Amino acid sequence: MASKFRLAVLLTSTVLAQAAWAEDVTLTIESWRNDDLTLWQDKIIPAFEANHPGIKIKFAPSAPAEYNAVLNSKLNAGSAGDLITCRPFDASLALFQAGQLADLTDLETMANFSDVAKSAWQTDDGAHTFCVPIASVIHGFIYNKDAFAELGLDVPETEDQFFDVLEKIKEDGTYIPMAMGTNDQWEAATMGYQNIGPNYWKGEEGRLALIAGTQKLTDPQWVEPYATLHRWAPYLGDGYEAQTYPDSQNLFTLGRAAIYPAGSWEIAGFNQLADFEMGAFKPPVKNADDPCYISDHTDIAMGLNAASKNVEAAKTFLDWVGSEEFATIYSNALPGFFSLSDFDVQLDDPLAQEFVSWRDECESTIRSTYQILSRGTPNLENETWNASVQAIKGTATPEELGESLQEGLASWYKPQQH
Amino acid sequence: MTGFRIRWHVLVFLAPAVLVYTAIMIFPLFNTLRLALYSQVDQTTVFVGLQNFKTLFGDPNWSGAFWNALGNNFWFFFIHMVVQNPIGIMLAAILSHPRLRFAALYRSAIFVPTILSFVIVGFAWKLILSPIWGIAPEMLDAIGLKWLYQPWLGKEDYALTTLALISVWQFVGIPMMLIYAALLSIPEEILEAGEIDGITGMAAFWKIKLPLILPSIGIISILTFVGNFNAFDLIYASQGALAGPDFATDILGTFLYRTFFGFQLQIGDPHMGSAIATAMFAIILAGVCLYLFGIQRRMRRYQL
Repeated sequence: MASKFRLAVLLTSTVLAQAAWAEDVTLTIESWRNDDLTLWQDKIIPAFEANHPGIKIKFAPSAPAEYNAVLNSKLNAGSAGDLITCRPFDASLALFQAGQLADLTDLETMANFSDVAKSAWQTDDGAHTFCVPIASVIHGFIYNKDAFAELGLDVPETEDQFFDVLEKIKEDGTYIPMAMGTNDQWEAATMGYQNIGPNYWKGEEGRLALIAGTQKLTDPQWVEPYATLHRWAPYLGDGYEAQTYPDSQNLFTLGRAAIYPAGSWEIAGFNQLADFEMGAFKPPVKNADDPCYISDHTDIAMGLNAASKNVEAAKTFLDWVGSEEFATIYSNALPGFFSLSDFDVQLDDPLAQEFVSWRDECESTIRSTYQILSRGTPNLENETWNASVQAIKGTATPEELGESLQEGLASWYKPQQH
Repeated sequence: MTGFRIRWHVLVFLAPAVLVYTAIMIFPLFNTLRLALYSQVDQTTVFVGLQNFKTLFGDPNWSGAFWNALGNNFWFFFIHMVVQNPIGIMLAAILSHPRLRFAALYRSAIFVPTILSFVIVGFAWKLILSPIWGIAPEMLDAIGLKWLYQPWLGKEDYALTTLALISVWQFVGIPMMLIYAALLSIPEEILEAGEIDGITGMAAFWKIKLPLILPSIGIISILTFVGNFNAFDLIYASQGALAGPDFATDILGTFLYRTFFGFQLQIGDPHMGSAIATAMFAIILAGVCLYLFGIQRRMRRYQL
C-alpha cells in the first residue's frame, strides 16, 4: 500500500513538474545577424530571462545574403519564428502589407522612439508601425589623431576649415589627406553624398520635401553637395579612381591616410587594426553657427510574426527590446551600431561616444534615397552611386547630374511629375 | 520483308543524354523565352505579350543601357579578335617549330591561366594594376615610364579595354592549342613539296599553312564570339554588378544580372531580365547563323 502511495506521489509530482515546465514559452528570433550569435546568447538573452521567468528566447540567425529569401519561404510555409528581425523600408513593408508582420503601433515601448527612428518600419503614411527599431549607423569622418597632432591641425567645423585641413595635409605630403576610392561606387554615395548632404538639404526637411514632390533633385540644396564632392578629388590618393573599399580601409588603418569618410560600423574593425589614436568629426557645416544635420541611418529592427502563437510573450520581449537595458547592452557590445531609442545610453568606446554625441547637437536624418524613392526603375539609390562618382571625377557637372537624376526619378514617381 | 522496325536500343542509349539535356538546357531556355512574355503586376503574373521588349527597346532608360552594353560587348569582342586570335596563331606557329626547345613547358605555361577561376584572375590583375599596392606603377617607374601609368580600371576610357586584355591573357591558350593541333596535322610532304618549289620560311606559313588552318580560325572566331557575348564573370568579379566606372564596362551579361536578380535597393525583375536574356540569345544565334551560312559554307577546304 505504502509503495503504491509513493508511486502515486511520484507520478503526480512528475505531472505537476511537467505542467510547470509547459508554462515556459519559447520564442524564436529570425535574424540575419549571425555575427551576433554569441552576443545574443551570452549577454542579451540571459539579461532578459533573468527578469522574465517563463519566457525562453532562442536566437536562430541565417546568412545575411540568404535572409530575405529564407524568411519569406518560412513565413509562407508557416514555420517562421515568433520574432522577425526587420530590414529597413520596402523589404519589411512588403511583409506587413502581406499580413505577415503584426501591427505594433500601439506597443507601449514605441513611445521611446522618435518619428525618424520609426520611419523605416512604417507604412508610407506613418499610420502603422510594424517593427521596434533597434539600431542605426551614423556617418561622419574618422581621423588619425596622431597625424593631426604631428601636423598641428585642428578638427574642422566648417567647410572652409575642412578644405584648409586637407590642403595642409597635402602640402606636408606625409599623409594622403583622405582615404576614399571610387572603384566600388557605393562609398562615393554613402560616405560622400549622404554623409555631407544633409547639411545642404536640411536633413528631414529636404528628404520629406523630395518625397512629397515639393523639392526637386535639380534644386541647389541637392546639387551643391556634388560640387563639394568634386572639390574632394585632389585630396584623394593617387589613382583613387581604381581604389576599392578595402583599399581605403587599409590605407587609413595602416596610418597612410589622415582622414577617412566613414560610417560608424567601421569602429569595431578599426579599433582592432589601427595602432594610433582615432577621433571623429561630424560633416562640416557652411558657416560656424549653422545648424548641423547628420545621417543617422536606421538599419535594424524587430517585429512580430503575425502567425505567432505566443503573441503576449513576444510583445513582452519586444517591449523589452525598446527598453534602456537592451539599448545599453546592444550598443556597447556592437560599438558603431547605436540604439535608436531616446534613452541616454552610456557607451564605453570613445570613438562611438564621439559619434553618438552628435545626436545632441544636430538633427538626425536618414539616407535620402532609401524611403519610397528607390522603388522604381531607374533606381534612385543606384543612380546616386554613379552620380556621386561622376561628381568627384568631374566627368559631369553637378547640374547635369541633378538633371539626369531628376529625369530618372520623375519617369516613374508620380509626386515628381508636374 | 524489310519493313520499318523501331530500333529500341538506339532509343535506350540516347535516352539518358536527351533527358538530361532537355531538363537542364532545353527546358530552361524555352522557359526563359516564355518568362519574357509575362510581367508582375500587383503580386500576380500576367501575360503581356511583347510589352517587355517594347520597354527594353522603346523606353530610353532601358534602351540606353541596352545599347551601351551591346556596344561595349562588341568592343570586348573586337579586342579579342584583333589581339587574342592573332597572338594565339603566332604562338602556335612558334610552338610548332620543330627546333624549338622546351615547347611543352611553354605550351603548359600559356595554357594554365585558362583553367584558373575568373575570380582569381580578376583579383590578381586588380592587385597588379592597383594604384596603391600594385606592382604595375613600380615596374613602370623602374624603366622610367611612370607617366604612362593610369588607374586603368577606374577610368572610363580604359577600363573596358583593360578588362578585355586581361580576358585575352587568360584565354589566349585556347586558340593557341586549337591552331597548334591544326598545324601539327599538316603533312610534311606538302611542306616539302613547297620547299622544292622554293617556298620556305615565312612564305611557307602564309602560303601553305595559313590557308590550311583557316577552318580552325573560323571555329575559334565563333567560339570567341559566343564566349564574349555570354561573358559576365570577369567584369562582375573585378568591377561589381554596376560595371563601373559610369557603366563603361557594362556588357550584356552584367546588365542581365542586375536586372534579373536586382541590386542593392533595386528589386530583381525576372521578366525584364528574361527579355534581355532573349535578346542576347537572338544576337548570339544571329551571329552563329551568319557564320555558318555566310562564311563556313563558302570556305574552301583542302583534301590533305
